[in-house]
Amino acid sequence: MKNRLNNRLGLGGWLGGGRYGVDRYAYAFHRLTGLGILAYFIMHIFVTGMRVGGQEEWERTMAFFNAPVFKAGEFLVFLAFIFHAVNGIRLVIVELACGIGRPHVPAYPYTNSTMRQRPFVVAVMILAALLMITGGVDFYFMLN
Amino acid sequence: MSDSKAAPTVVFEVLRFHPEKDKAPYLQQYSVPVTRGMTVLEGLTWIKEHIDSTLVWRSSCRMGICGSCGMFINGVPRLACNNQISHLHSDRISVKPLPNFEIIRDLVPDLESLFDRHRSVKPYLIRKDSHEQHHPVGEYFQSHQELINYIQFAYCIKCGLCLAACPTAATSDKFIGPQSLTQAWRYTIDSRDEGAGERAEQLYSSHGVYRCHFAGTCSQVCPKGVDPALAIQLAKKEAFVRAFGIRKQRRAARVAPPVENWVRNRDIPAPPTPTIEKSRA
Ligand code: SF4
Ligand code: FES
Repeated sequence: MKNRLNNRLGLGGWLGGGRYGVDRYAYAFHRLTGLGILAYFIMHIFVTGMRVGGQEEWERTMAFFNAPVFKAGEFLVFLAFIFHAVNGIRLVIVELACGIGRPHVPAYPYTNSTMRQRPFVVAVMILAALLMITGGVDFYFMLN
Repeated sequence: MSDSKAAPTVVFEVLRFHPEKDKAPYLQQYSVPVTRGMTVLEGLTWIKEHIDSTLVWRSSCRMGICGSCGMFINGVPRLACNNQISHLHSDRISVKPLPNFEIIRDLVPDLESLFDRHRSVKPYLIRKDSHEQHHPVGEYFQSHQELINYIQFAYCIKCGLCLAACPTAATSDKFIGPQSLTQAWRYTIDSRDEGAGERAEQLYSSHGVYRCHFAGTCSQVCPKGVDPALAIQLAKKEAFVRAFGIRKQRRAARVAPPVENWVRNRDIPAPPTPTIEKSRA
């Protein structure tokens, strides 16, 4: 008898942090921001490609993208980039098994690698916040 | 939990599904009086004994050893026998079958996919000299440190909680998953093993360790302190150091020669005389 019900969580389980720890949210944001940056990159190539159509075409495009909504969008890309870059450095470190501890005989209460690398996650959040604030000030108040 | 001292009750919200009767799963609520130290598993047993004998789940040891009673309890995969109701700090207990596995009925997940993946990584000692392995003449040498390298990962009870918590496993049924990747590493790093090459195909395949991006939830939900995330990152590091030739290939443990002129430690009593004839197969 094969009458089983599929219970795979799918995209919701992939992106939803649920009741898990902050690392799970960092994971979801890392994936999301990665996809966002990729989408921006493709658009960027397309938009700069407009230059091929001549100077007039280029200026018209630039004027179009000068609207505040695109400025805000650009700032979002900047935020995504900051998070992705800083968190990416943490991932390179922990995925090379640095700062996550060594195998040992488990004794109750158990510890685990996720908790051991938690300070890195906190550091990532602080560093990303600082860079985002600095970038935000620069982006909105000092550019013109 | 309710404050009334007389009969504190919690509401169990249980996912029900009967493959022959129901088209879709549904939630059913039961009020359960809670006694001190009562586990979620005992709550389910109480429901079965007093309210609804048709409720189905799987359990055996009731002490966190057999790995049968994994369930999705209040949004996190846990062993039902290993979690006291009062420790959940809620008067509503949601109990669902483990996600990322097919549901057989009610709270019973089909763990076959976990066992298939487990088998696929050859979770046993592989020796080049298979004759010696099948006709052993002695033990393999192993130091304490060599034991520490893998013993944590050998604590796995194959409950599947880590797979239920893994975001990569949520979207891919080909991902070998934290449990089996950990077992692949457990045997690969065992000083008595010579099967690293055979397991590397699985470990470093496109469904292997590189699909892990350290969400870390497997290690957080593991009830035995196995820490699958650690094993997976160690496997990645090993591939890295090998690629740069930083570490030399180790030699597999030798067979210890038979001990001659041995004397029994007087503190250890002699074994009882056998009650059946030793078979000489
Ligand atoms: S690694 Fe832990 S959570 Fe995963 S199957 Fe083994 S005991 Fe269960
Ligand atoms: S019944 Fe055996 S682990 Fe819960």
